[in-house]
Amino acid sequence: MLFEVTAGPLDPERLVDHVRQDEAGAVALFYGVVRNNNLGRRVLYLEYDAYPEMAANVMREIADDAMSRYSITDVAIQHRTGRLEIGETSLLVAVSAPHRREAFEACHALVDRFKEVVPIWKKEVWEGGEEWIEGEAVTQ
Amino acid sequence: MRVRLFARLSDLAGVRETEVELGEGITAGDAYRLLCGRFPAISGIGGSLMYAVNAEYVSDTHPLKDGDELALIPPVSGGRGAL
Repeated sequence: MLFEVTAGPLDPERLVDHVRQDEAGAVALFYGVVRNNNLGRRVLYLEYDAYPEMAANVMREIADDAMSRYSITDVAIQHRTGRLEIGETSLLVAVSAPHRREAFEACHALVDRFKEVVPIWKKEVWEGGEEWIEGEAVTQ
Repeated sequence: MRVRLFARLSDLAGVRETEVELGEGITAGDAYRLLCGRFPAISGIGGSLMYAVNAEYVSDTHPLKDGDELALIPPVSGGRGAL
């Protein structure tokens, strides 16, 4: 497994190579990409803040949970911090599994859970304003 | 004890970390309320805050001890009910 929070560009090939195994016939790879609009506003760029040490711990916990609930063989997750421009990749989640169904389902569940509990925040900056995007607090 | 602030909270307080003196039996929630006195801009968002001690989520009633690192965790972007 591999969990990283980094200020540099993400590396999808490295993640896929990391999770690839001879017994795994499928690798699902999710890209989270900076979108140019939200709630009708034209977004200029995003700024990500993180608690990196804790984020890596929480990523490991959600990956361990996915490994116990799905028939998958490995997980790798990377998230970028700092200023990201439109079209840049903020999140990568790679999952390998013997078969595609488990790879897709576990990858989907991991992305959803990631966004609920991993301590990484995004600030949206648009013309004339900015705002930290916050969901509701989730109990553990 | 070291306290770390992130995202909206650090913008409001104007610092990313600070120190609090630990009194007898002080909890994570107490430390937040103490900091509200020092940084009035962060008061009023306690209801949506989560707490971490030494990089693990804890409840607001978690007792703190010397050497702990407390983090005040605002809601992350994709929590339930978001977008």
